[in-house]
Amino acid sequence: MKRRDFLKACMLCGAATTLGVPRKGWGAGSFEGYPEGMGVLVDLTRCVGCRSCEAACNKEQQLPAPDMPFDDQSVFEEKRRPTEKAYTVVNRYETKQEGGPVYRKIQCNHCNEPACLTSCFVNAYTKTKEGAVIYNPKICVGCRNCMIACPFNVPGYSYSSAFNPVVKKCIFCYDTRLKNGRPPACVEICPQEVLTFGHRQDLLKIGHERIRETPDKYVDHIYGEKEVGGTGWLYLSGVPFDQVGFDTTLGNEPIISNVKEFLGTVPMVLAIWPALFTGFHLLASRKDHGEQGHDHEKKEEGKQ
Amino acid sequence: MYAVRNWLIGGFVMLALITAPTASRAGNVPDSINLDSLEQLYEKVTFNHAAHIRLVLDCAECHHHTTGTLVEDANCVRCHKNSGATTVVSCKGCHSDQTFSAAALREKDKNTYHMDKLGLKGAYHQNCMGCHSKSGGPTGCQDCHALKKAGQAFYNTGAYAPPQAKGNKKHSGH
Repeated sequence: MKRRDFLKACMLCGAATTLGVPRKGWGAGSFEGYPEGMGVLVDLTRCVGCRSCEAACNKEQQLPAPDMPFDDQSVFEEKRRPTEKAYTVVNRYETKQEGGPVYRKIQCNHCNEPACLTSCFVNAYTKTKEGAVIYNPKICVGCRNCMIACPFNVPGYSYSSAFNPVVKKCIFCYDTRLKNGRPPACVEICPQEVLTFGHRQDLLKIGHERIRETPDKYVDHIYGEKEVGGTGWLYLSGVPFDQVGFDTTLGNEPIISNVKEFLGTVPMVLAIWPALFTGFHLLASRKDHGEQGHDHEKKEEGKQ
Repeated sequence: MYAVRNWLIGGFVMLALITAPTASRAGNVPDSINLDSLEQLYEKVTFNHAAHIRLVLDCAECHHHTTGTLVEDANCVRCHKNSGATTVVSCKGCHSDQTFSAAALREKDKNTYHMDKLGLKGAYHQNCMGCHSKSGGPTGCQDCHALKKAGQAFYNTGAYAPPQAKGNKKHSGH
């Protein structure tokens, strides 16, 4: 390769990466969810801890039988998280607030910009226009990157499967209900209407209206309105969110923003570095060639 | 002229009688109400309306302002200051059992306060449980709802309890 060609190639690659790829990267991070996206507003002040949502989820998603009956309250003695056998769980929190304990339902929050989707290198995840974050278990290779990426510790893993372990999580009942315009099973069974199903935009309105109407009853915040770029599932609470197991340190930037700049350099590295180092190598080896040639001749002479 | 005025007064009186709230006509207040919308999983609940009337006395305690009492709730007053009694007083008259169906969401009036109206199940439970937890009434699920066979299967309890849990219970019984 001539020095001129090498420099030309470098220039072209550099131009391509700075003009082309990062523009797509800058676009991410400002997505506020599909306008028709659905969500659920979870009002913790209404929950009585009946665990009906857990039972409904179990039946709807045809999950294996539970270890304990769904009307058994003793499960509240420890804090649980979603697993391969239970896509949603309810935890109990004793707070200083009078009026008894606070119960909190946990499931996938169906982020506007899901970190799981970002982290998945086989593209198993999809954010549907209805607002659900679903995944294709046939594509999933079981790497568990999404479990690390999820800021809410939601995805479970089929550790029980020896040969084809995959990630398992709440899919907003997408296949059986949401895509047909029906609410998820947990929403339908909830006796106290803790769960309000609707368009995310409307739920935000309803949430703020409830706070305005009874300001003494609620903390003036909807968890999920802005957190990590906004989530489809939103929470109202009567006690500070950090007292009932919410991570209040997540910030409002989508998780992808943390890695966007770094990821933006990847195509540049891939495009420029091979050309650059091939160039270096060629330059260096041309010099070497001369010296090596002399050495070779000397050795040959020595032998003779 | 007088004749016309008398006719008018008579007309208004008639109108007032016709539109008088049904609840104020003693005969139409049911003594008991069968709540059976969850019948797939639970035995129906027979709500003793008469006993609750004797206990609470004020209809508006449960029926908002729909029974003809003064509107007191600050949020209702905003629009209903001059609203009289309505012809519909039953819970299911306003609170639908199809809260979140696609059709219900489409028809929802997004500009009024009633956008956040509870469904029938939510209205019942919040009304009953809210009062019961304050006044010491029953609040456990199965205090009111006896599980049917299908309900036991749904909640993996009773005859359908997981064997492990049954074993635990036996163990703790020793």
